[in-house]
Amino acid sequence: MSSLLKIRGLKIDGRSDETWNPIIKGVDMDLKKGEVLGLIGESGAGKSTIGLAAMGYTRDGVRISEGTVEFDGIDLVTASAAVKRNLLGKRIAYVAQSAAASFNPAHKIIDQHTEAPVQHGVDNRANSAADGMELYRKLRLPNPDEIGFRYPHQVSGGQLQRAMTAMAMSCRPDLIIFDEPTTALDVTTQIEVLAAIREIVEEFDTAAIYITHDLAVVAQMADRIKVLLRGDEVEEADTRTMLSNPQEDYTKSLWAVRAFERPAKPAVNTGSTPVVSVNGITAAYGKTDVLHDVSFDIHAGRTVAVVGESGSGKSTTARCITGLLPPRIGDISFDGEVLPGNYKKRNKDQLRQAQMIYQMADTALNPRKTIGQIIGRPVQFYMGLTGAERRKRVNELLEQIELEPDTYFNRLPSELSGGQKQRIGIARALAAEPKFIICDEVTSALDQLVAEGILRLLGDLQDKLGLSYMFITHDLATVKAIADEVVVMKDGKVVEQGPKLDMFTPPHHAYTDLLLSSVPEMDPDWLTDLLQERGVDNIGDAAVGKM
Amino acid sequence: MSGLLWFVAIVLSIALGAHVFRFAGQKLTGNAPKFRDMSYGVAFGYVLGAFLLFWSVWYYFQPKVLDTGVPNAGVVFFRWAVQGFIIASIAAFLFRLFGRVVGTDGSRKLFRSMPLTASFGILVILIYAIIAVFAGQIAPYGQAEILGAANVMAGGDPAIGGDPAYPLGTDQIGRDILSRLIYGAQNTVGIAFITTLLAFFIGGSLGFLAATLQGWLDQLLSRSVDVLMAIPSLIFALLLMTIASVWADRLGIPLTIFMVLIIAVIDSTRVYRLARAVGLNIVVMDYIEAAKLRGEGLGYLVFKEILPNAMAPLLAEFGLRFCFVFLTIAALSFLGVGIQPPLADWGTMVKDLAPFINFAAFAPTVAAAPLLAAGAIALLTVAVNFVVDWMLHKSSGLKE
Repeated sequence: MSSLLKIRGLKIDGRSDETWNPIIKGVDMDLKKGEVLGLIGESGAGKSTIGLAAMGYTRDGVRISEGTVEFDGIDLVTASAAVKRNLLGKRIAYVAQSAAASFNPAHKIIDQHTEAPVQHGVDNRANSAADGMELYRKLRLPNPDEIGFRYPHQVSGGQLQRAMTAMAMSCRPDLIIFDEPTTALDVTTQIEVLAAIREIVEEFDTAAIYITHDLAVVAQMADRIKVLLRGDEVEEADTRTMLSNPQEDYTKSLWAVRAFERPAKPAVNTGSTPVVSVNGITAAYGKTDVLHDVSFDIHAGRTVAVVGESGSGKSTTARCITGLLPPRIGDISFDGEVLPGNYKKRNKDQLRQAQMIYQMADTALNPRKTIGQIIGRPVQFYMGLTGAERRKRVNELLEQIELEPDTYFNRLPSELSGGQKQRIGIARALAAEPKFIICDEVTSALDQLVAEGILRLLGDLQDKLGLSYMFITHDLATVKAIADEVVVMKDGKVVEQGPKLDMFTPPHHAYTDLLLSSVPEMDPDWLTDLLQERGVDNIGDAAVGKM
Repeated sequence: MSGLLWFVAIVLSIALGAHVFRFAGQKLTGNAPKFRDMSYGVAFGYVLGAFLLFWSVWYYFQPKVLDTGVPNAGVVFFRWAVQGFIIASIAAFLFRLFGRVVGTDGSRKLFRSMPLTASFGILVILIYAIIAVFAGQIAPYGQAEILGAANVMAGGDPAIGGDPAYPLGTDQIGRDILSRLIYGAQNTVGIAFITTLLAFFIGGSLGFLAATLQGWLDQLLSRSVDVLMAIPSLIFALLLMTIASVWADRLGIPLTIFMVLIIAVIDSTRVYRLARAVGLNIVVMDYIEAAKLRGEGLGYLVFKEILPNAMAPLLAEFGLRFCFVFLTIAALSFLGVGIQPPLADWGTMVKDLAPFINFAAFAPTVAAAPLLAAGAIALLTVAVNFVVDWMLHKSSGLKE
C-alpha cells in the first residue's frame, strides 16, 4: 500500500534578525493509512513545525524553502489556497496542545464541532451534532448527550482535550496531527485521554502524527518513532526496536535520563529538631478552607517531595510556609522557633533563611534586569556587600550554578535558555545563603535532559551546603530521582507520608496507588495491560471520583 | 447628482479592473502563487491604489488658476501638501543618513535600524526644541511688539498686499506672525511638556501604589478618579479655570500655573487608570512575589521592579497624552482662558486669525494664516506619535 503522507527533503527556514535561518534541515517521512508515527525531541527540535508543515502550513515568519509534502498524491507545498482549504479540516485535522486555548470560549462545544462538517459540506448540522454525541460516547466523556451544550470553560481540561479529539474526527479525516495533546494534563487525566485517543484512532483506521517530548507516552501511542534534534532526524524505527535497542548516542541519552536516581540517605535521627515543621495547618482562601490539618517535618539536608495533582494544595502549603497566606489554624516553626504567620511580620533573617525557586523562570526573573542585578540584589540586601565585593560574590554564585560569570553577568533573562533561567533562579535563592529552599515544580517546564541537569545541580548543592528542600511536583519520576521523603496530598489533605522507599513499595493508600499506576512506563504494552487490569472505567477522573 | 454617478461609475470600473488585473496576472505569470492565491479584496486594493496614484499625478498638474481668474484652491493646497510631503521625506532621509555616519557607536546603531517615520519625528521634535529654547534669538521681532501695519498678507509680495519685512504677514493688530509662531513654540510646547510630566508623575505613582497595595487605598483612589473622569474634561477644565482666574488675581500667582495644575490633575486620571491596569498585571508576577518575600520596601518594588516593566505602555501613553494636553491648552487658549495675551500661543493664534479661513476659495495664501499655527500643532502631534510608535516597537521587540 502506498503512503498517505510522503515528505521528501523538507527544509524550513525561520526569519530572525533580517535573515532566514534553517529550522528543519531536510527531513523525510512516510506515513501509511492507519499508522501512528511518534515525533519526539526537545523543545526547539522542530517537532511542531514539521507537524504543521504536514498540513502545508507554516507559521508567520517561517517558510518551506525546499522539499515536498505529498498528501495522497497532492503536493501541499505548491498547492493553491483553494485546494488546501478543501483538505484541511476535512481530510487532515489538527489537535493542539492546549484545548482550553484552542476552543473559542464564546461558543458551545457542539457548535464548534459541527462547524467543519457543515463548512466542508460533509454533512448537515443536525447529523453532525448527532455524530458528535456518538463520538463523545466513544471517547467516554461523561453525559455525552449533554456535554456538547456546555461552553468550554464549563468542562475540565481532560474532557476538553477529548472533545477536541472528537472535533478533529468530525469529518473522519485520513490524518490527524496531535501536538502534545496531554502535556498540560495531570497523570490521572492524561491516561484517560491517551486511552481515548488510541481507541478512536484504531477504530476509524486514521493515520496520525503524535508529537510529544514524553517517551513513555509515545511508547503507548505510536507504531513507529522518529527522534529529532535541532531540525535533523536522529533516527527512526518501529516502537519496540527503538525502545529496546536505540542506535544513536542522543537517543540513548534520552533513554538514560529516566534512570537517574540519587542514593538513599540514612534514616533521620528522630530526636533532632526539624529545620521546618508544619504543624497542623488549616488555611483558607476567603471563607473556603483549602488545606485541612496538614503536618509534616523537613530535616536538615533532606528533600521532602510533596506530590499531588493540580488543586491538591501543594502550592498553597508552600504559600503558608513562606507567609504569603497566613494559616487559619496551626503554625510553621523554623529550627524549633514558631514563625509569624504573615511574611510582613517576619524579620529579615527569618525571610533570608527560607527561599523559593519558581516553576516558570520566565515570570520569576524580572525581564528588565540583568543577571548581575538579579543575583546581586539579595547579596546586597542581606549581606550588605557592594561594589567589587558584591561582584565577587555574584561570580561565585554563577560558578556554583555552572554558568561562566563574565559571559552571563550583563545578560538579560531573555537572552538565556529555559534551563539557564532556572539556574539563575537557583542562584538568586542561594545568594541569600538560606537553610531551606522551596522548589515549586522547578523542572516541569523543562526538557528532560535539561531537567536532569537541574536536579543533579540541586542534589550537589544539597550535599555541599547542607540545604533542605521542599520539592513540589506532580511528576513521580522526579520524586524517584531526588526525594528522601514523600508527602502525598489530595484535596488539601495529606493522604500518606513516609520515606521514599516505603512509598514506592506496596501496600499503598488507594490514591497513591492510582497515582503511581497512572505514570506511563517505557513498556509499549503498559497501557494495554493497565486497561486490562483496571478496566476502562477505573482509570483517571472516574477512579478519582470513586474514592 | 452627476457627482454621485461619477463615483458609482469609478467604483464599478475599479471592481471590474480588479478582476481583470488578477486574471491577467494569473495568465501572464503562468499561475504564480502570488496571483493564484490572491483574494479579490487584495486585487481590489492594488487597482484602487493604482487609480489613486494616477489621479494624484493628474490633479497635481491641473492649472493653479481657473479660467474665470479665480485661484483653484484645491490644487494649490494639494500641491503644498505633496511638496511638503516630499521635502519632509527627503529631510528625514538625509537626517537618518547623517545619524548613521556621525555620532557614537551606539547612536549610529540606533539610526541604522530606524524607520523613516521615526527619523522624521525626531528631526521635527529637535527643530521644535531648538526653536523653543532659542526663541528670543531666532525671532525677528518680539512676541508682543505691535509693528504698525495690520493684516499684512503672507508671501511678502507687495503687489497683493504683502511686505518683505514680514514673510508670513502680520495679524489683526499688526504683530509679526513668524515671531509669534516661534514664541508660540516656547509657550505652548514648553507648558504642555511640563503639564504632561506632572500628570504622569501624579497618575503614575498613585496608579502603581494602588496596584501594589490594593485594598482600601485602591478603592479610595479609583473611585475618586471615577468621579473626576465622569465630568467632561474640557468643560471641567473651563469651570476650574474660571474659578482660578479669580484666585490668580487675588493671590498674585500667574494663571498659567493654575492651568498647568488643573490640566495635569485632570489628565492624571487617565494615566492613573493605565498605570494601575499595567501595574496589576505586573504585581502578580513571581519576581514581585520574590522581592516581597525578600522583605523589599514599597519604594524598591514600585520604582525598581514594576516601573521598568511598565515603561513601554507608559511611553506610548506619554506621546498620546502630550498631544492631548497640547490640544487642551490650545483649546483653552482658543476659548480665551488659557495662555493669556500678549503671550503668543498657537491656540490663540488660530482663534484670532480664524475668520480668514473663509477666504480659502478666493485667496489660498490669505487663508493659510490661521492654518500655520494649526499646522504647527498638527506637525508636532504627528512627529511625537511617530517617535513613540517606534520606541514602542523597539521595546516590545526586546522582550522576545
